Amino acid sequence: MEAKIEVRHLTKRFGPITAVNDVTFAVGRGEVLGFLGPNGAGKSTTMKMITGFLAPTRGTAVICGLDMIDQPLEAKRHVGYLPEGAPGYPDMTPSGFLAFVARIRGFDGAEAKRRIALAVERTTLASVLEQPIETLSKGFKRRVGLAQALLHDPEVLILDEPTDGLDPNQKHEVRNLITTLAPEKAIVISTHILEEVDAVCSRAIVIAGGRVLIDDTPGRFAARSRLHNSVRLMLADPAIDARTALLRLPGVVAVEPIEDGEGRAFLVVPQEGRAIIAEVTDLVRTAGWPVAALRVERGRLDDVFRDITAKAA
Amino acid sequence: MRSTFIIFQRELASYFATPLAYIFIVIFLVMAGTFAFFIGNFFNRGQADLQPFFQFHPWLYLVLIPALSMRLWAEERKTGTIELFLTLPISMTQAVLGKFFAAWAFAGIALILTFPFWITVNILGSPDNGVILASYIGSFLMAGAYLAIGGALSALTKSQIIAFVVTAAVCFFFTVSGSSIVLSFVNGWAPQGLLNDLAFFSFLTHFNAIIRGVIDLRDLVFFISVMAFCLFANAVLVDLKKAD
Repeated sequence: MEAKIEVRHLTKRFGPITAVNDVTFAVGRGEVLGFLGPNGAGKSTTMKMITGFLAPTRGTAVICGLDMIDQPLEAKRHVGYLPEGAPGYPDMTPSGFLAFVARIRGFDGAEAKRRIALAVERTTLASVLEQPIETLSKGFKRRVGLAQALLHDPEVLILDEPTDGLDPNQKHEVRNLITTLAPEKAIVISTHILEEVDAVCSRAIVIAGGRVLIDDTPGRFAARSRLHNSVRLMLADPAIDARTALLRLPGVVAVEPIEDGEGRAFLVVPQEGRAIIAEVTDLVRTAGWPVAALRVERGRLDDVFRDITAKAA
Repeated sequence: MRSTFIIFQRELASYFATPLAYIFIVIFLVMAGTFAFFIGNFFNRGQADLQPFFQFHPWLYLVLIPALSMRLWAEERKTGTIELFLTLPISMTQAVLGKFFAAWAFAGIALILTFPFWITVNILGSPDNGVILASYIGSFLMAGAYLAIGGALSALTKSQIIAFVVTAAVCFFFTVSGSSIVLSFVNGWAPQGLLNDLAFFSFLTHFNAIIRGVIDLRDLVFFISVMAFCLFANAVLVDLKKAD
């Protein structure tokens, strides 16, 4: 796969602070890379360097074969960027703003109109086109920022927290949009919402303290969880004590009684790398327990994320 | 070139998107008139020229130009649009020039709207229109120099108020550096050479020469040099401060 974004040893120091430390990765066409990390981890700084806003202290970013340091203008043509907080000129209307971006990106007349119309349609902006951006809600502001980033149909999209501050419906729409665009583009999104990584990303990078800690698929990322492949067993009769029997199963290291929104259940935790669902179902059948719910947990991204970033801190 | 022009258009239009443009123009015209008629004795002097009108321009600019220049970069940094702006496929030179020319053109529009003064003196007498044209050019160049200073200083801060105050202070220094206010500070201990250098940087000295009808290329070159230097500094400062 040809890499559309190549980040090579990116390092940024602000005085004595190293905000980004030797970050290297590549993103190819069709990939959606989720950029994860606690606040202040260096996500935005890395994105600012990839898009050519900040000059790196060391290293470089190469966009579609164009080096952001040596050929910034050519490289920037291939990038659509949604900065953190989706800034927009407060006095301008979305239509004026998009017209400006279209012109400065080299589109005129009918071509500009067609591209603006498409971007407006994709981000469902039509209803607010003539209102000053400062009067728009957070959700619309973000969509104006997205429309602006999509206008020139770039091969590379860098979106800094694209769903931050959106309501669940809007989040869903933006994620759908990203998924629709994904096959044609190389996309990097930063987020600290882990479900988002599951929903849209084909790969996840965890960054903390300016360093890349993990670069993996969301699935394998979740597999690092202690709870990966554990079995959640909920019995219809809460009086049954299944704990001792479950613990005796081969490959089971712990049985934790849990109580959450769904009710009381047992969480059967396997040894690392083992699957125990077969053993558990066999036991349930032989013991004749009335089962209310039974499922295999993938492991929660949250837990892994906390583990990793806490270790780094 | 094309990009510079597109930025120029957006910026110029943005002045008129808010009441700022209209307030600025009205206040500029009212104050220019007030100074010329009441303090400059436009009528009572009995001379058909615009010197009483032009001689107050440095002082008007001192207050009004920082109000134009303060937003150039401070606002972009405050709202974060600078990140959008500078990741568009444009060079720093195009960005700085587009913004500067828009502000300068706006000042030019305000200046052109003072044409009734010119019509008035031409009705009342027969002034030397060559001198008046030169004065307009001089005033326009001086406005550009003030704007270039203000633009560079606006890149230093996210606060438009700070940009305004600092620009007004620096412009005040440049305006009066040749006058007794500043010279008396350094007089007595500084060498004569320094006094001359300071006086050379006075906008007042150069501008007064122009409006008296003494058209010396060096005065025009002075303002253009100030602009060129400040625009260069502007680009450097934006690059340096944009990340903060």
